[in-house]
Formats: sequence, structure tokens, C-alpha cells
Amino acid sequence: MTEPEDGGVVLTPEQKRQRNRRNVALALALGSLVVIFWLVTVFKLGGAVLNRPL
Amino acid sequence: MSFAHDEPIETGALPALPGPSLAGVEDYLALLKPRVMSLVVLSALVGMVAAPEGLHPVLGAISLLCIAIGAGASGALNMWWDADIDAVMARTATRPVPAGRVQPGEALAFGMTLSVGSVLTLGLVANWLAAGLLAFTIFFYVVVYTMWLKRWTPQNIVIGGLAGAMPPMVGWAAMANAVSLESALLVAIIFMWTPPHFWALCLIKSDDYARAGVPMLTVVAGPDETRRQILLYALALAPLGVAPAFIGLGGWAYLAISTAGGLAFVAHAVAVYRRREGEPARKAAGRLFGFSLIYLFALLTALLFEKLAGLPAVSWA
Repeated sequence: MTEPEDGGVVLTPEQKRQRNRRNVALALALGSLVVIFWLVTVFKLGGAVLNRPL
Repeated sequence: MSFAHDEPIETGALPALPGPSLAGVEDYLALLKPRVMSLVVLSALVGMVAAPEGLHPVLGAISLLCIAIGAGASGALNMWWDADIDAVMARTATRPVPAGRVQPGEALAFGMTLSVGSVLTLGLVANWLAAGLLAFTIFFYVVVYTMWLKRWTPQNIVIGGLAGAMPPMVGWAAMANAVSLESALLVAIIFMWTPPHFWALCLIKSDDYARAGVPMLTVVAGPDETRRQILLYALALAPLGVAPAFIGLGGWAYLAISTAGGLAFVAHAVAVYRRREGEPARKAAGRLFGFSLIYLFALLTALLFEKLAGLPAVSWA
């Protein structure tokens, strides 16, 4: 980690690589949550989803 | 009277902010204690499979995931709280928090998020009894065991072991929305298995615990008393391990495996009790530790396969 003149933080290539990997893992976790809640909704509704007046 | 500061604020006295995170994905996975999680998954799965049918298999699988994540979350919170003693023990010094790869605050946030998320999701997917039991398990492990008992009493892992023993009951509750004698018996088996399992490890790693100031039985009461207690628990565990075959839970395969396993467990405990000096004592403790893992996995997998294969429980009528 180095500090530029404006006081900000510049990440090293290793820190950037780790951050990217964390971002991918977080995206996968969030995507999995979406799928899980979609599955829960479908299986909780079950056959009852068709039980409505047409 | 002036509201202005007369003295300049000493900004240098403020604690330095942590730099950019160095944590890798594998560090966050390590916070979940994957090896402990594997036992939780297996024991909870046995509870679910043994329970009366009550939940769609897909919802059951998601419930099992919630239980696993809840167990992992309590592991992360344990590592957050225990970072100071983990740092001075050789076995745990390389864990993400004491090694400095994950900041304590990150571990706390990670553990809390997963704890709340897993409990709420289990409540929504299965039922609130199971969610309540999972919340109790996390609370018991983090607050009662980690924060209170571990640094206070040599009975820490005896009482705290309840947290590790609860998953079969949570799994059963997720499927059946009830608790039962069968699930309580599975909890009792893991509860009685925990002390001899951990004390065998303590006999090998006693210096580690002494250096960290953790009052394990080996440190407070000495190795000989620990060996006596291991033998007593083994003698209680062996018949308890067979008991599922007498209440309509285990079949003939389970009866055979639990009987042979229980006798072997006692034999290993006797060896630990008799060999008290030098390398033979160390080897005996190491063998008991290794066998205790095999014993519990054998019991749980025997029950699992019997239930999945539809084999009947032993009938004594």
C-alpha cells in the first residue's frame, strides 16, 4: 500500500486481486440468495399456485 | 466562559484506522470453521432424515444450509472474541484474525450478518421453532461458551458442548416442527462424546492452553484427573451410543456399529488411563482423539444410511 500526494490510498496489485476475488464471492452469494428465495417461494406455494379462478 | 477548545485536539492519539483489507475469500471461509461445520451438517442431516416427513426435500436442503451457515457464523464470532488467546496458541495462531488477515470488526460483522440471516431464513423456510433452536445454539456457543465458560471453568467444554450437540434437534425441528425423544437422544450422544474428544486433544496440547490461560481440565486438575474423567465419560457414552437401537430409531446395522464402536471407545479410553508417561501416553491420547471422530461419524452415517435405505429399526417386541 502506498499513499499518493492527495492523501488517498493506492492498492497494491495483490490487494486489488484479493478485492476482486471478494467481490466475485459476494456477487455469487447474493445471486445464490436470489435463487434460494425464488426456490422457497415456488416450493412454499406448491400446487396452490394453480388454485385460482380462471 | 468559552465553548472553544483551548487546547488543540491531539489527533495523533486517535487509534489508526485499519488499512485496506488483506483478507482473501479463503480467510472468510476459514472463519466458518469448515471442519466443525461438516459435523454439524452430518448430525443435522441425520436429525432431518430421522424425523417424520414434513418438509419438501428442496426446502429441507435449504434448511440444512441455514443450519450450516448458522454454525459457521458462531465459529466466526468465536474467532472474533477469542483472537487474543488464539494468537498465543500454536494450533490457532494462524487463524485469520490473530494472523492479521481479517480485522476483528470484519469477523464480527461477518458473523453477526450470517447469524441473523441464517436464523431468519430458517424461520421463513421451515418454522420458527427450528429458527429459535438455531438462535439458541448460536447464543449458547458465542455468549455462554466463548464469552463466559471458556475462560472461567474447566467444565467449559462439558457445558459448552451442548451448542455443538444441538444440530440434530434443530434438523428434526425443521422437518417436524417439534422436538422429540429421538432428537434429544442424538443431542445427548454428541453431548457426552464432546468431553472425552476434546480432553484427548488437551492431553496433547496442554501447554498451548496453559500458555493462553484457558482453564482446561488438563491445566487446572492435571493430566491424571483428565484421564479419569475421559474414562468415566467413555463408560457413559458407550451405552448411550447404543440406545437409539432400543427406542425405535436405529436398526441392526446401527446396533452392531454402535456396540463395537462403544467397546473400542472404552478400550481407547482405558489405554489413555493406563499410559501416563512419555510418548506412549501421547500416542494413546492421539489415537483416542482420532478414534472419537471415526466413532461419531460412524454412528451418524449408520443412522443416515439406514433411514435413506428404508431399513427398519430394531424391534424388541
